[in-house]
Amino acid sequence: MTKFDHPAEVPSTSRRSRIDLASMREHLQDARGPRFWRSLDELAETEEFQELLHREFPEMGVELPGGVSRRRFVQLMSASLALGGLTACTRQPLEKIVPYAQQPESLVPGRPLYFATSMTLGGVASGLLAESHMGRPTKVEGNPEHPASLGATDLFAQASVLSLYDPDRSQVITNLNRIRSWSAFVEDTRRETLASTRLRLLTGTVTSPSVAAIAQQVLSEHPQARWHQYDAVTRENVVAGAEMAFGEVVATRYDFARADVVVALDADFLTTGPGAVRYARDFMSRRRAPVDHPEMNRLYAVESMPTATGTVADHRLPLRPSQLAGFAAALAAEVGLPDAVAPAGADVGGQGEWLRAAARDLQAHRGSSAVVAGDYAPAEVHALAHAINGHLENIGRTVIHTAPLEAMPGDQTASLASLVDDMAAGEVDILVMLQCNPVYDAPVDLDFTTVLRQVGRRIHLGLYRNETSEHCHWHIPAAHYLESWDDARAHDGTISLTQPLIEPLYDGKTVAEVLSVFTEEGSRSAHGLLRSYWQGVLGESGFETRWRKALHDGFIADSALPPTGVTPGTEAAAETTALIAGTDQIPDGVDLAFRPDPTIYDGRFSNNGWLQECPKPLTKLTWDNAALVSPVSRTPRWSR
Amino acid sequence: MSQIFKPSTNTLARVSMFGAIFFLAILAWVLVTLNRSSLATRQGIVLQQPVPFSHDHHVAGLGISCLYCHTTVEESSFAGIPPSATCMNCHKLIWNESPMLEPVRESYRTGRPIEWTRVHDLPDFVYFDHSIHVAKGIGCASCHGRVDQMPLMYQAESLQMEWCLECHRAPEMFIRPRTEIYNMEWVSTDQETEGARLIADYRVQSKLSCSVCHR
Repeated sequence: MTKFDHPAEVPSTSRRSRIDLASMREHLQDARGPRFWRSLDELAETEEFQELLHREFPEMGVELPGGVSRRRFVQLMSASLALGGLTACTRQPLEKIVPYAQQPESLVPGRPLYFATSMTLGGVASGLLAESHMGRPTKVEGNPEHPASLGATDLFAQASVLSLYDPDRSQVITNLNRIRSWSAFVEDTRRETLASTRLRLLTGTVTSPSVAAIAQQVLSEHPQARWHQYDAVTRENVVAGAEMAFGEVVATRYDFARADVVVALDADFLTTGPGAVRYARDFMSRRRAPVDHPEMNRLYAVESMPTATGTVADHRLPLRPSQLAGFAAALAAEVGLPDAVAPAGADVGGQGEWLRAAARDLQAHRGSSAVVAGDYAPAEVHALAHAINGHLENIGRTVIHTAPLEAMPGDQTASLASLVDDMAAGEVDILVMLQCNPVYDAPVDLDFTTVLRQVGRRIHLGLYRNETSEHCHWHIPAAHYLESWDDARAHDGTISLTQPLIEPLYDGKTVAEVLSVFTEEGSRSAHGLLRSYWQGVLGESGFETRWRKALHDGFIADSALPPTGVTPGTEAAAETTALIAGTDQIPDGVDLAFRPDPTIYDGRFSNNGWLQECPKPLTKLTWDNAALVSPVSRTPRWSR
Repeated sequence: MSQIFKPSTNTLARVSMFGAIFFLAILAWVLVTLNRSSLATRQGIVLQQPVPFSHDHHVAGLGISCLYCHTTVEESSFAGIPPSATCMNCHKLIWNESPMLEPVRESYRTGRPIEWTRVHDLPDFVYFDHSIHVAKGIGCASCHGRVDQMPLMYQAESLQMEWCLECHRAPEMFIRPRTEIYNMEWVSTDQETEGARLIADYRVQSKLSCSVCHR
């Protein structure tokens, strides 16, 4: 272990010219009109930057790397150009034209067709329109009719088509690294699985009603079976916060088109999390030419890390993650939540005036404001945000509460921990891990890998052969969403259907298909499972018409979850503020915040070159993952 | 010591100097000619096909329109090769036991497509769109030749870039009324004046920039 408390090992910072706000202001003082710079160093015109610039783009520089004369260079280049031209001296090979035997209706060769489908991330669906050329999906855009998209997508959907054609995807079913067939897996599994089997299912977050139904069927047929859900990017704080505020689990969504004042508590709601695409559209509609709304909206963003949402905020306040709860409590007290206690010492670094201004603005816009807590903010912050929204009469207007989207909302980390306990106690016969990678992303303290080896039969379904499949007896290649029949709920609960654009390239299976192996009826196709589930829900009469319309649209019309009339208890909120007030508001040490990568997410997209190549917001990092430290903290205290 | 070079060397030197020039010129000529020959372009060469389909018989003999099979020529970049089902529209009833048509029947039965050898094959770095050419008054025969006189299909033109440019530089010499697009026998009586009028009527903007075809 390297220790960082020894000054000799720390690179000297004294030689570096100091960049401070004062010198920046000086440089910008006489600037008129727009001016652009690549880094703060460039703006400050430091010597180091000038030197770097000269090395990168030498002025009047005609240096060539050592030993190659200009004549030799021209010789080599012209020879290679001439040789390159020789490749054209071949005869064009004969090609085949393969028309259809029976041409499908409405297909025009040379013209694309578009199909509505949906992709899930963290279990929540976004509506897409996939472009298909002669049966091959080539491009993904948003579905203009889907409420979570309105024609736009996030970057994960844009890049997903590259993952479909990824040659590194897992291509065969293996048992102990030997290639096996699907029927061999089905036979082997059914022979070993009895009703008394202590079966454990581990999936990511599931919002799909049909997958939940088949999982419930497995659970009811195997009384000793349990179902665990775990995502490294978990929203369990959101669930816990809702439980604190309402006494039950409710989902929260926002209508930013109706919000005049928004206070974001470490919430990057414009770019990350469920519904971000829709939220960005709604929020920005209030910043365009004010035809319907005489006033532009106003955004106050409190954040512990620079985000895209912070960059559009009218007022931005950087805050340590550990101070966020104190800030939320102070805000609750300031807007007049009954009996709320503002913690002493919350007014650090002059944020008191900022807080009071935000609170005044919130109070002036009762019923047309929203306080948004980020997915990774502590549960108390969520509970207080709910209480403030309730106090300001925003609930039902800008903030809408519905039944939960998830089939099994709850504390995912605790669920995984109980699974690990069972595995360590030898109480698990079969562990089925579906579309997840716990060996890679389970908390280190649980030591998942060691206890995993104590399970008698380990089965893994995934797009890639990954860290988890290394430790499994059976590995089954998963179907990409562009190859699957599936369904999931969007951020507002709308049932979004996934339909395949292409036959599975590597005979991949969906979560539902693998689950069906463990049921009485045995292995069934994803299409059959999905259709029969919805036939049961929608009813026989007129089903065909409704089903075809839903597939055409990409979602089942009017299936958004209706608002539930819940109100947050003010007493519980007051208690929460009192609890927060009792804690130290300026804790010692360093705050460490883990965030999903803006382009690689929890690591599942690390093999997608488009996403690796896409610069991350603000840092512009590509192909990299850095620990971000503020410029103030980067200077060790002893040399400040 | 006698002289190394005899007087005849002078002649030899002159001959070899001119000879070298001629040799290089002939080499260049041979290369250019080979490149334009049907060895490279496959112009006029009949390729082996799974079924010996005769355009002569179907178009000239029976009077079937081009559009009956090449259905998408007016709306897509690709003119379309008919599915086996189109053939069977007629051949269910006529010549339905001909051994020559067995591949078609087999394809129709099994759903396995017929693999035709491509006759008109532009290089992959060239973009070509049938629909715009048809819409602006370029007939089938202008590029594909008298298909109605081809018992077996072959490429009538070189399909080389100089051949494309011939028309793109002077479309008025090749344009025809839209009503005559699928008429194989159409010949203009006064191409130059008629062509200029059609260019104006159809608002033809014949493009010569590189990126039109080399996108």
